[in-house]
Amino acid sequence: MGKILATALVMTGLLLAGCSPIQPWVKPYEREHFADPIMSFSRDPVSSSYLDHVFESREGSRGATGGVGGGCGCN
Amino acid sequence: MQLVNWLKVACGAFSGMTRGDSVGGGQKAWFLPACRALRGAFSGVGRGDSFGGGQKAWFLPACRAVCGAFSGVERGRWGKVLAVLCLAGAPAIADVLPDDRADVLYHNYTGGGITIQGPSVLVRKKVGDNLSFTENYYEDLISSASIDVRLSASPYHETRKQESGSVDYLHGKTIYTAGYIHSREPDYKSDTAYFSISQSMFGDLTTVSMGYRRGWDNVYRDVKVAGVLQNDPTFHERADHRGYSVSVSQILTRNAILDVNFEAITDQGYLASPYRKIRYLDPTVAGKGFTLADQIYPNTRTSTATSAQFKYYLPWHAAVTGQYRFYNDTWGITGHTIEVDYTHPWRKFIFDGSLRYYLQNPANFYSDLFPRANYQNFMARDRELAAFHSIAIGLGGEWDFDFPWIRKKSSLNLHYNHLLINYSDFRDALLAGDGTYTAGNEPLYKLNANVLQLFWSLWF
Repeated sequence: MGKILATALVMTGLLLAGCSPIQPWVKPYEREHFADPIMSFSRDPVSSSYLDHVFESREGSRGATGGVGGGCGCN
Repeated sequence: MQLVNWLKVACGAFSGMTRGDSVGGGQKAWFLPACRALRGAFSGVGRGDSFGGGQKAWFLPACRAVCGAFSGVERGRWGKVLAVLCLAGAPAIADVLPDDRADVLYHNYTGGGITIQGPSVLVRKKVGDNLSFTENYYEDLISSASIDVRLSASPYHETRKQESGSVDYLHGKTIYTAGYIHSREPDYKSDTAYFSISQSMFGDLTTVSMGYRRGWDNVYRDVKVAGVLQNDPTFHERADHRGYSVSVSQILTRNAILDVNFEAITDQGYLASPYRKIRYLDPTVAGKGFTLADQIYPNTRTSTATSAQFKYYLPWHAAVTGQYRFYNDTWGITGHTIEVDYTHPWRKFIFDGSLRYYLQNPANFYSDLFPRANYQNFMARDRELAAFHSIAIGLGGEWDFDFPWIRKKSSLNLHYNHLLINYSDFRDALLAGDGTYTAGNEPLYKLNANVLQLFWSLWF
Protein backbone atom coordinates (compact mmCIF):
# COMPACT_ATOMS: atom_id res chain seq x y z
CA MET A 1 0.00 0.00 0.00
CA GLY A 2 2.85 2.29 0.95
CA LYS A 3 4.57 1.62 -2.37
CA ILE A 4 1.41 2.39 -4.31
CA LEU A 5 0.95 5.63 -2.41
CA ALA A 6 4.57 6.66 -2.97
CA THR A 7 4.32 5.86 -6.67
CA ALA A 8 1.07 7.83 -6.95
CA LEU A 9 2.67 10.82 -5.23
CA VAL A 10 5.69 10.73 -7.53
CA MET A 11 3.48 10.41 -10.61
CA THR A 12 1.26 13.26 -9.45
CA GLY A 13 4.32 15.41 -8.87
CA LEU A 14 5.64 14.68 -12.34
CA LEU A 15 2.27 15.44 -13.91
CA LEU A 16 1.98 18.72 -12.04
CA ALA A 17 5.52 19.64 -13.01
CA GLY A 18 4.53 19.10 -16.62
CA CYS A 19 1.83 21.76 -16.28
CA SER A 20 4.21 24.58 -15.38
CA PRO A 21 6.16 26.29 -18.14
CA ILE A 22 9.81 25.30 -18.31
CA GLN A 23 12.09 28.14 -17.39
CA PRO A 24 15.32 28.12 -19.39
CA TRP A 25 18.16 27.59 -16.95
CA VAL A 26 20.69 29.07 -19.37
CA LYS A 27 19.53 32.52 -20.34
CA PRO A 28 20.09 33.74 -23.87
CA TYR A 29 22.61 36.32 -22.70
CA GLU A 30 24.59 33.49 -21.09
CA ARG A 31 24.98 31.64 -24.36
CA GLU A 32 27.72 33.67 -25.95
CA HIS A 33 30.09 30.70 -26.01
CA PHE A 34 27.75 28.85 -28.33
CA ALA A 35 28.07 31.64 -30.86
CA ASP A 36 31.81 31.03 -31.05
CA PRO A 37 32.63 28.97 -34.16
CA ILE A 38 34.76 26.56 -32.11
CA MET A 39 31.56 25.39 -30.39
CA SER A 40 30.00 24.27 -33.66
CA PHE A 41 29.80 20.52 -34.18
CA SER A 42 30.40 21.05 -37.88
CA ARG A 43 32.45 24.19 -38.36
CA ASP A 44 33.23 23.35 -41.99
CA PRO A 45 30.40 21.30 -43.51
CA VAL A 46 32.20 20.58 -46.77
CA SER A 47 35.10 19.07 -44.86
CA SER A 48 33.13 17.07 -42.29
CA SER A 49 30.82 15.55 -44.91
CA TYR A 50 33.88 14.48 -46.92
CA LEU A 51 35.45 12.82 -43.90
CA ASP A 52 32.17 11.08 -43.05
CA HIS A 53 32.17 9.68 -46.58
CA VAL A 54 35.76 8.41 -46.17
CA PHE A 55 34.84 6.46 -43.05
CA GLU A 56 31.43 5.27 -44.22
CA SER A 57 32.90 3.81 -47.41
CA ARG A 58 35.23 1.60 -45.40
CA GLU A 59 33.08 0.56 -42.46
CA GLY A 60 29.96 -1.50 -41.96
CA SER A 61 28.39 1.18 -39.79
CA ARG A 62 26.42 4.06 -41.22
CA GLY A 63 24.05 6.79 -40.14
CA ALA A 64 23.66 9.24 -37.26
CA THR A 65 26.76 11.15 -38.33
CA GLY A 66 25.19 14.12 -40.03
CA GLY A 67 25.56 13.57 -43.74
CA VAL A 68 23.89 12.17 -46.78
CA GLY A 69 25.87 10.75 -49.64
CA GLY A 70 25.33 8.92 -52.83
CA GLY A 71 27.22 6.43 -54.91
CA CYS A 72 29.89 4.06 -53.84
CA GLY A 73 33.48 5.13 -54.50
CA CYS A 74 34.48 2.26 -52.26
CA ASN A 75 36.67 -0.08 -54.28
CA MET B 1 36.00 44.15 -29.31
CA GLN B 2 35.41 47.03 -26.89
CA LEU B 3 31.92 47.43 -28.24
CA VAL B 4 31.25 43.78 -27.78
CA ASN B 5 32.41 43.95 -24.20
CA TRP B 6 30.24 46.99 -23.66
CA LEU B 7 27.25 45.10 -24.89
CA LYS B 8 28.03 42.20 -22.59
CA VAL B 9 28.18 44.59 -19.65
CA ALA B 10 24.90 46.10 -20.73
CA CYS B 11 23.35 42.66 -20.84
CA GLY B 12 24.69 41.92 -17.39
CA ALA B 13 23.05 45.05 -16.08
CA PHE B 14 19.73 43.86 -17.34
CA SER B 15 20.17 40.30 -16.23
CA GLY B 16 18.62 40.95 -12.86
CA MET B 17 15.44 42.10 -14.50
CA THR B 18 15.24 39.24 -16.87
CA ARG B 19 15.62 36.39 -14.45
CA GLY B 20 12.65 34.16 -14.95
CA ASP B 21 10.86 36.59 -17.14
CA SER B 22 11.13 39.14 -19.84
CA VAL B 23 11.71 42.78 -19.12
CA GLY B 24 8.94 45.25 -19.03
CA GLY B 25 7.58 46.84 -22.15
CA GLY B 26 9.45 50.05 -21.47
CA GLN B 27 12.92 48.62 -21.66
CA LYS B 28 11.97 46.35 -24.49
CA ALA B 29 10.74 49.28 -26.48
CA TRP B 30 14.09 51.01 -26.56
CA PHE B 31 16.38 48.06 -26.40
CA LEU B 32 15.10 46.11 -29.34
CA PRO B 33 15.47 48.90 -31.88
CA ALA B 34 18.86 49.71 -30.38
CA CYS B 35 19.99 46.17 -30.73
CA ARG B 36 18.72 45.99 -34.30
CA ALA B 37 20.59 49.18 -35.02
CA LEU B 38 23.75 47.72 -33.58
CA ARG B 39 23.31 44.63 -35.68
CA GLY B 40 22.88 46.77 -38.73
CA ALA B 41 25.89 48.82 -37.85
CA PHE B 42 28.10 45.83 -37.38
CA SER B 43 26.83 44.17 -40.50
CA GLY B 44 28.39 47.04 -42.31
CA VAL B 45 31.53 47.07 -40.23
CA GLY B 46 32.83 43.64 -41.20
CA ARG B 47 34.38 45.43 -44.12
CA GLY B 48 37.77 45.66 -42.86
CA ASP B 49 37.98 48.29 -40.21
CA SER B 50 38.62 47.57 -36.61
CA PHE B 51 35.81 45.08 -36.50
CA GLY B 52 37.09 42.19 -38.58
CA GLY B 53 35.08 39.43 -40.08
CA GLY B 54 36.13 37.05 -37.35
CA GLN B 55 34.57 39.07 -34.60
CA LYS B 56 31.56 39.78 -36.71
CA ALA B 57 30.96 36.12 -37.20
CA TRP B 58 30.36 35.53 -33.55
CA PHE B 59 29.13 38.94 -32.58
CA LEU B 60 26.04 38.99 -34.75
CA PRO B 61 24.64 35.75 -33.38
CA ALA B 62 25.45 36.97 -29.87
CA CYS B 63 23.61 40.19 -30.51
CA ARG B 64 20.63 38.29 -31.79
CA ALA B 65 20.67 36.30 -28.57
CA VAL B 66 20.69 39.50 -26.57
CA CYS B 67 17.73 40.77 -28.53
CA GLY B 68 15.95 37.56 -27.74
CA ALA B 69 16.67 37.97 -24.07
CA PHE B 70 15.08 41.36 -23.97
CA SER B 71 12.15 40.62 -26.15
CA GLY B 72 10.73 37.97 -23.91
CA VAL B 73 10.54 35.72 -26.91
CA GLU B 74 13.85 34.09 -26.30
CA ARG B 75 15.08 33.24 -29.70
CA GLY B 76 17.76 30.61 -29.50
CA ARG B 77 19.58 29.14 -32.34
CA TRP B 78 22.44 27.17 -31.06
CA GLY B 79 20.61 24.03 -30.24
CA LYS B 80 19.82 23.36 -33.81
CA VAL B 81 23.08 22.22 -35.13
CA LEU B 82 22.63 18.53 -35.70
CA ALA B 83 19.08 18.56 -36.79
CA VAL B 84 19.22 19.89 -40.26
CA LEU B 85 22.85 18.93 -40.34
CA CYS B 86 21.77 15.33 -40.12
CA LEU B 87 20.39 15.56 -43.58
CA ALA B 88 21.96 18.57 -45.12
CA GLY B 89 25.41 18.15 -43.74
CA ALA B 90 25.45 21.76 -42.70
CA PRO B 91 25.02 23.47 -39.38
CA ALA B 92 21.66 25.06 -38.91
CA ILE B 93 20.34 27.06 -36.06
CA ALA B 94 16.83 27.18 -34.75
CA ASP B 95 15.57 30.48 -36.03
CA VAL B 96 18.57 31.72 -37.95
CA LEU B 97 19.45 30.50 -41.39
CA PRO B 98 23.01 29.33 -41.98
CA ASP B 99 25.60 31.94 -42.96
CA ASP B 100 26.28 32.75 -46.60
CA ARG B 101 29.54 31.09 -47.49
CA ALA B 102 31.56 29.50 -50.26
CA ASP B 103 34.06 26.66 -49.89
CA VAL B 104 36.49 25.23 -52.38
CA LEU B 105 38.12 22.00 -51.24
CA TYR B 106 40.71 19.67 -52.67
CA HIS B 107 40.77 16.19 -51.16
CA ASN B 108 43.24 13.37 -51.53
CA TYR B 109 42.99 9.83 -50.14
CA THR B 110 45.95 7.50 -50.61
CA GLY B 111 46.19 4.01 -49.19
CA GLY B 112 45.81 0.32 -49.95
CA GLY B 113 46.70 0.80 -53.60
CA ILE B 114 44.00 3.41 -54.11
CA THR B 115 44.25 7.10 -54.81
CA ILE B 116 41.07 9.15 -54.74
CA GLN B 117 41.28 12.87 -55.23
CA GLY B 118 39.23 15.72 -56.53
CA PRO B 119 37.44 18.96 -55.77
CA SER B 120 34.38 19.85 -53.77
CA VAL B 121 32.73 23.24 -54.11
CA LEU B 122 29.97 24.47 -51.86
CA VAL B 123 28.01 27.72 -52.11
CA ARG B 124 25.32 28.77 -49.68
CA LYS B 125 23.31 31.96 -50.16
CA LYS B 126 20.32 33.51 -48.44
CA VAL B 127 17.56 35.06 -50.45
CA GLY B 128 15.53 37.39 -48.28
CA ASP B 129 15.04 36.63 -44.61
CA ASN B 130 13.48 33.21 -44.91
CA LEU B 131 15.17 31.27 -47.66
CA SER B 132 18.64 29.86 -48.03
CA PHE B 133 19.97 27.85 -50.95
CA THR B 134 22.91 25.45 -50.89
CA GLU B 135 24.66 23.91 -53.86
CA ASN B 136 27.52 21.44 -53.80
CA TYR B 137 29.58 19.84 -56.52
CA TYR B 138 31.85 16.97 -55.55
CA GLU B 139 34.16 14.80 -57.61
CA ASP B 140 36.19 11.64 -56.94
CA LEU B 141 38.94 10.78 -59.41
CA ILE B 142 39.62 7.17 -58.55
CA SER B 143 42.70 5.19 -59.45
CA SER B 144 42.40 1.76 -57.93
CA ALA B 145 44.64 -1.24 -57.65
CA SER B 146 43.29 -2.32 -54.26
CA ILE B 147 43.74 -5.81 -52.86
CA ASP B 148 40.16 -6.68 -53.93
CA VAL B 149 40.68 -5.41 -57.44
CA ARG B 150 43.97 -7.25 -57.86
CA LEU B 151 42.42 -10.48 -56.61
CA SER B 152 39.31 -10.61 -58.75
CA ALA B 153 39.42 -7.83 -61.36
CA SER B 154 41.93 -5.46 -62.88
CA PRO B 155 43.14 -2.00 -61.88
CA TYR B 156 40.96 0.82 -63.16
CA HIS B 157 40.48 4.57 -63.28
CA GLU B 158 37.10 6.22 -63.06
CA THR B 159 35.37 9.38 -61.97
CA ARG B 160 32.44 9.83 -59.64
CA LYS B 161 30.57 13.11 -59.81
CA GLN B 162 28.01 14.28 -57.32
CA GLU B 163 25.75 17.31 -57.44
CA SER B 164 23.47 18.29 -54.62
CA GLY B 165 21.16 21.17 -53.88
CA SER B 166 19.00 22.04 -50.92
CA VAL B 167 16.77 24.82 -49.71
CA ASP B 168 16.13 25.91 -46.12
CA TYR B 169 12.92 27.74 -45.32
CA LEU B 170 12.64 29.55 -42.01
CA HIS B 171 9.19 30.06 -40.53
CA GLY B 172 9.05 31.25 -36.93
CA LYS B 173 11.16 28.87 -34.90
CA THR B 174 11.02 26.18 -37.51
CA ILE B 175 13.34 25.40 -40.39
CA TYR B 176 12.15 23.20 -43.22
CA THR B 177 14.84 21.70 -45.41
CA ALA B 178 14.44 19.87 -48.69
CA GLY B 179 17.23 18.65 -50.90
CA TYR B 180 18.29 16.39 -53.71
CA ILE B 181 21.55 14.56 -54.45
CA HIS B 182 22.56 13.03 -57.75
CA SER B 183 25.68 10.89 -57.98
CA ARG B 184 27.02 9.12 -61.02
CA GLU B 185 29.95 6.99 -62.02
CA PRO B 186 30.20 4.75 -65.06
CA ASP B 187 28.77 1.72 -63.25
CA TYR B 188 26.71 3.29 -60.44
CA LYS B 189 24.02 5.95 -60.45
CA SER B 190 22.34 7.21 -57.34
CA ASP B 191 19.58 9.70 -56.56
CA THR B 192 18.54 10.76 -53.10
CA ALA B 193 15.77 13.11 -52.01
CA TYR B 194 15.44 14.28 -48.43
CA PHE B 195 13.33 16.44 -46.20
CA SER B 196 13.76 17.54 -42.62
CA ILE B 197 12.09 19.79 -40.11
CA SER B 198 13.67 21.39 -37.05
CA GLN B 199 11.94 23.11 -34.18
CA SER B 200 13.45 24.88 -31.21
CA MET B 201 11.63 24.83 -27.89
CA PHE B 202 11.92 25.21 -24.10
CA GLY B 203 13.43 28.67 -24.25
CA ASP B 204 15.51 27.62 -27.20
CA LEU B 205 17.62 25.34 -25.06
CA THR B 206 16.31 22.36 -27.00
CA THR B 207 16.03 21.74 -30.70
CA VAL B 208 14.27 18.70 -32.07
CA SER B 209 14.67 17.61 -35.68
CA MET B 210 13.21 14.89 -37.79
CA GLY B 211 14.27 13.83 -41.24
CA TYR B 212 13.34 11.44 -43.98
CA ARG B 213 15.26 10.46 -47.06
CA ARG B 214 14.67 8.21 -49.99
CA GLY B 215 17.26 6.91 -52.40
CA TRP B 216 17.23 5.08 -55.70
CA ASP B 217 20.36 3.40 -57.05
CA ASN B 218 21.08 1.83 -60.42
CA VAL B 219 23.94 -0.67 -60.36
CA TYR B 220 25.84 -1.70 -63.49
CA ARG B 221 28.90 -3.82 -64.13
CA ASP B 222 31.68 -2.77 -66.44
CA VAL B 223 33.32 -5.29 -68.73
CA LYS B 224 36.06 -4.90 -71.27
CA VAL B 225 34.91 -5.42 -74.82
CA ALA B 226 37.65 -5.23 -77.45
CA GLY B 227 39.82 -3.44 -74.89
CA VAL B 228 37.18 -0.83 -74.13
CA LEU B 229 35.46 -0.68 -70.76
CA GLN B 230 31.68 -0.55 -71.04
CA ASN B 231 28.53 -1.57 -69.19
CA ASP B 232 27.68 -5.24 -69.34
CA PRO B 233 24.32 -5.27 -71.19
CA THR B 234 23.26 -8.37 -69.27
CA PHE B 235 23.69 -6.78 -65.85
CA HIS B 236 21.50 -4.03 -64.42
CA GLU B 237 20.30 -4.09 -60.81
CA ARG B 238 18.50 -1.63 -58.57
CA ALA B 239 18.51 -0.76 -54.90
CA ASP B 240 16.18 1.44 -52.88
CA HIS B 241 16.99 3.11 -49.59
CA ARG B 242 14.93 4.82 -46.91
CA GLY B 243 16.28 6.72 -43.94
CA TYR B 244 14.53 8.10 -40.87
CA SER B 245 16.32 10.32 -38.40
CA VAL B 246 15.55 12.09 -35.14
CA SER B 247 17.90 14.48 -33.40
CA VAL B 248 17.75 16.36 -30.15
CA SER B 249 20.17 19.14 -29.39
CA GLN B 250 20.27 20.32 -25.80
CA ILE B 251 22.13 23.19 -24.19
CA LEU B 252 23.11 21.84 -20.79
CA THR B 253 25.00 24.71 -19.22
CA ARG B 254 26.48 27.97 -20.45
CA ASN B 255 29.54 25.94 -21.52
CA ALA B 256 28.16 22.57 -22.55
CA ILE B 257 25.94 21.27 -25.32
CA LEU B 258 24.77 17.73 -26.04
CA ASP B 259 23.42 16.31 -29.29
CA VAL B 260 21.73 12.93 -29.51
CA ASN B 261 20.95 11.44 -32.92
CA PHE B 262 19.10 8.37 -34.03
CA GLU B 263 18.89 7.12 -37.58
CA ALA B 264 17.26 4.05 -39.04
CA ILE B 265 18.00 3.02 -42.62
CA THR B 266 16.40 0.30 -44.69
CA ASP B 267 17.68 -1.00 -48.01
CA GLN B 268 16.10 -3.24 -50.56
CA GLY B 269 17.53 -4.58 -53.80
CA TYR B 270 21.01 -5.41 -55.01
CA LEU B 271 23.31 -4.56 -52.10
CA ALA B 272 26.55 -6.29 -53.08
CA SER B 273 29.47 -5.18 -55.20
CA PRO B 274 29.33 -6.91 -58.59
CA TYR B 275 33.13 -7.07 -58.77
CA ARG B 276 34.09 -8.56 -55.47
CA LYS B 277 34.23 -12.30 -54.90
CA ILE B 278 34.16 -14.81 -52.11
CA ARG B 279 36.74 -17.54 -52.00
CA TYR B 280 36.35 -21.14 -50.87
CA LEU B 281 38.79 -23.94 -50.22
CA ASP B 282 39.53 -25.95 -53.32
CA PRO B 283 42.36 -28.49 -53.04
CA THR B 284 42.15 -29.10 -56.77
CA VAL B 285 43.70 -25.68 -57.40
CA ALA B 286 47.41 -26.25 -57.06
CA GLY B 287 49.33 -23.57 -55.22
CA LYS B 288 46.65 -21.13 -54.09
CA GLY B 289 44.25 -23.76 -52.84
CA PHE B 290 41.10 -21.67 -53.31
CA THR B 291 38.61 -20.73 -55.97
CA LEU B 292 36.73 -17.43 -56.38
CA ALA B 293 32.95 -17.23 -56.75
CA ASP B 294 30.24 -14.56 -56.83
CA GLN B 295 29.08 -13.05 -53.57
CA ILE B 296 25.48 -13.69 -52.54
CA TYR B 297 24.00 -10.93 -50.40
CA PRO B 298 20.58 -10.68 -48.78
CA ASN B 299 18.27 -8.30 -50.65
CA THR B 300 17.31 -6.37 -47.55
CA ARG B 301 19.10 -4.65 -44.74
CA THR B 302 17.86 -2.57 -41.83
CA SER B 303 20.19 -0.68 -39.56
CA THR B 304 19.92 1.62 -36.59
CA ALA B 305 22.56 4.00 -35.31
CA THR B 306 22.47 6.09 -32.17
CA SER B 307 25.08 8.71 -31.44
CA ALA B 308 25.78 11.30 -28.78
CA GLN B 309 28.08 14.28 -29.11
CA PHE B 310 29.09 16.39 -26.16
CA LYS B 311 30.94 19.66 -26.52
CA TYR B 312 32.42 21.73 -23.73
CA TYR B 313 33.84 25.24 -23.80
CA LEU B 314 37.09 25.40 -21.86
CA PRO B 315 38.04 28.45 -19.76
CA TRP B 316 41.12 29.25 -21.87
CA HIS B 317 39.02 29.71 -25.03
CA ALA B 318 39.19 26.21 -26.44
CA ALA B 319 36.68 23.42 -26.92
CA VAL B 320 36.71 19.70 -26.38
CA THR B 321 34.28 17.26 -27.99
CA GLY B 322 33.46 13.67 -27.09
CA GLN B 323 31.42 11.45 -29.39
CA TYR B 324 30.10 7.93 -29.25
CA ARG B 325 28.02 6.00 -31.76
CA PHE B 326 26.44 2.59 -31.43
CA TYR B 327 25.42 0.78 -34.59
CA ASN B 328 23.76 -2.53 -35.36
CA ASP B 329 21.89 -4.06 -38.28
CA THR B 330 20.03 -7.12 -39.46
CA TRP B 331 23.20 -8.50 -41.01
CA GLY B 332 24.63 -8.98 -37.55
CA ILE B 333 27.11 -6.13 -37.63
CA THR B 334 27.62 -4.20 -34.43
CA GLY B 335 29.86 -1.15 -34.49
CA HIS B 336 31.22 1.21 -31.85
CA THR B 337 32.73 4.59 -32.72
CA ILE B 338 34.47 6.75 -30.15
CA GLU B 339 36.01 10.10 -30.96
CA VAL B 340 37.63 12.92 -29.02
CA ASP B 341 38.36 16.30 -30.62
CA TYR B 342 40.16 19.34 -29.30
CA THR B 343 39.97 22.82 -30.83
CA HIS B 344 42.32 25.60 -29.85
CA PRO B 345 42.30 29.11 -31.33
CA TRP B 346 45.49 31.15 -31.25
CA ARG B 347 45.59 34.65 -32.69
CA LYS B 348 44.33 34.31 -36.27
CA PHE B 349 44.64 30.53 -36.26
CA ILE B 350 42.48 27.66 -35.08
CA PHE B 351 44.12 24.30 -34.49
CA ASP B 352 42.26 21.01 -34.33
CA GLY B 353 43.29 17.57 -33.16
CA SER B 354 41.20 14.41 -33.18
CA LEU B 355 41.46 10.78 -32.22
CA ARG B 356 38.88 8.30 -33.50
CA TYR B 357 38.57 4.63 -32.61
CA TYR B 358 36.22 2.26 -34.40
CA LEU B 359 35.41 -1.38 -33.68
CA GLN B 360 33.05 -3.75 -35.48
CA ASN B 361 32.23 -7.43 -35.58
CA PRO B 362 31.54 -9.26 -38.84
CA ALA B 363 28.30 -9.79 -40.72
CA ASN B 364 26.66 -13.20 -40.16
CA PHE B 365 27.35 -14.29 -43.71
CA TYR B 366 30.92 -12.99 -43.95
CA SER B 367 33.89 -15.31 -44.18
CA ASP B 368 37.40 -14.79 -45.45
CA LEU B 369 37.48 -18.37 -46.72
CA PHE B 370 34.41 -20.58 -47.02
CA PRO B 371 34.93 -24.36 -46.54
CA ARG B 372 33.38 -25.23 -49.88
CA ALA B 373 31.29 -23.91 -52.77
CA ASN B 374 27.65 -23.08 -51.99
CA TYR B 375 28.41 -23.42 -48.32
CA GLN B 376 25.42 -21.33 -47.22
CA ASN B 377 22.61 -19.20 -48.64
CA PHE B 378 24.38 -15.88 -48.26
CA MET B 379 28.11 -15.46 -48.63
CA ALA B 380 30.26 -12.33 -48.63
CA ARG B 381 33.91 -11.39 -48.42
CA ASP B 382 33.64 -7.61 -48.57
CA ARG B 383 36.13 -6.39 -46.02
CA GLU B 384 33.70 -3.66 -44.95
CA LEU B 385 31.69 -6.53 -43.45
CA ALA B 386 34.70 -8.16 -41.73
CA ALA B 387 35.70 -7.84 -38.09
CA PHE B 388 38.21 -5.06 -37.59
CA HIS B 389 39.20 -2.10 -35.51
CA SER B 390 40.63 1.16 -36.77
CA ILE B 391 42.32 4.24 -35.43
CA ALA B 392 42.27 7.62 -37.12
CA ILE B 393 44.41 10.53 -35.97
CA GLY B 394 43.61 13.96 -37.31
CA LEU B 395 45.37 17.32 -37.26
CA GLY B 396 44.05 20.52 -38.73
CA GLY B 397 44.95 24.16 -39.00
CA GLU B 398 42.87 27.17 -40.02
CA TRP B 399 44.17 30.62 -40.81
CA ASP B 400 41.58 33.40 -40.72
CA PHE B 401 42.10 36.53 -42.74
CA ASP B 402 40.14 39.28 -44.42
CA PHE B 403 39.86 38.53 -48.09
CA PRO B 404 41.50 41.35 -50.07
CA TRP B 405 39.37 43.79 -52.06
CA ILE B 406 36.02 42.69 -50.73
CA ARG B 407 37.20 42.66 -47.07
CA LYS B 408 35.17 39.67 -46.02
CA LYS B 409 36.05 36.96 -43.55
CA SER B 410 37.96 34.18 -45.18
CA SER B 411 40.01 31.19 -44.07
CA LEU B 412 42.57 28.79 -45.44
CA ASN B 413 42.51 25.29 -44.00
CA LEU B 414 44.73 22.24 -44.07
CA HIS B 415 43.53 18.98 -42.51
CA TYR B 416 45.40 15.71 -42.36
CA ASN B 417 44.12 12.34 -41.12
CA HIS B 418 45.96 9.08 -40.85
CA LEU B 419 43.81 5.97 -40.90
CA LEU B 420 44.98 2.56 -39.75
CA ILE B 421 42.66 -0.45 -40.12
CA ASN B 422 43.56 -3.79 -38.57
CA TYR B 423 41.39 -6.59 -39.93
CA SER B 424 40.77 -9.58 -37.65
CA ASP B 425 39.47 -12.01 -40.27
CA PHE B 426 40.40 -10.65 -43.67
CA ARG B 427 43.63 -12.09 -45.01
CA ASP B 428 45.94 -11.04 -47.80
CA ALA B 429 44.80 -13.71 -50.28
CA LEU B 430 47.29 -12.46 -52.86
CA LEU B 431 50.03 -14.17 -50.88
CA ALA B 432 48.45 -17.63 -51.01
CA GLY B 433 50.45 -20.10 -53.04
CA ASP B 434 53.66 -18.08 -53.02
CA GLY B 435 55.50 -20.95 -51.37
CA THR B 436 55.20 -19.53 -47.87
CA TYR B 437 51.48 -19.31 -47.26
CA THR B 438 48.53 -21.52 -48.03
CA ALA B 439 44.89 -20.56 -48.25
CA GLY B 440 43.64 -19.46 -44.87
CA ASN B 441 47.10 -18.99 -43.37
CA GLU B 442 48.07 -15.73 -45.04
CA PRO B 443 48.85 -12.75 -42.80
CA LEU B 444 45.93 -10.59 -41.77
CA TYR B 445 45.49 -7.54 -43.96
CA LYS B 446 46.22 -4.04 -42.69
CA LEU B 447 45.32 -0.79 -44.34
CA ASN B 448 47.26 2.43 -43.87
CA ALA B 449 45.79 5.49 -45.51
CA ASN B 450 46.51 9.21 -45.58
CA VAL B 451 43.67 11.67 -46.03
CA LEU B 452 44.45 15.25 -46.93
CA GLN B 453 42.11 18.21 -47.27
CA LEU B 454 43.06 21.68 -48.38
CA PHE B 455 40.24 24.18 -48.57
CA TRP B 456 39.45 27.84 -48.70
CA SER B 457 36.31 29.36 -47.23
CA LEU B 458 34.73 32.74 -47.71
CA TRP B 459 31.83 34.25 -45.78
CA PHE B 460 29.98 36.94 -47.67
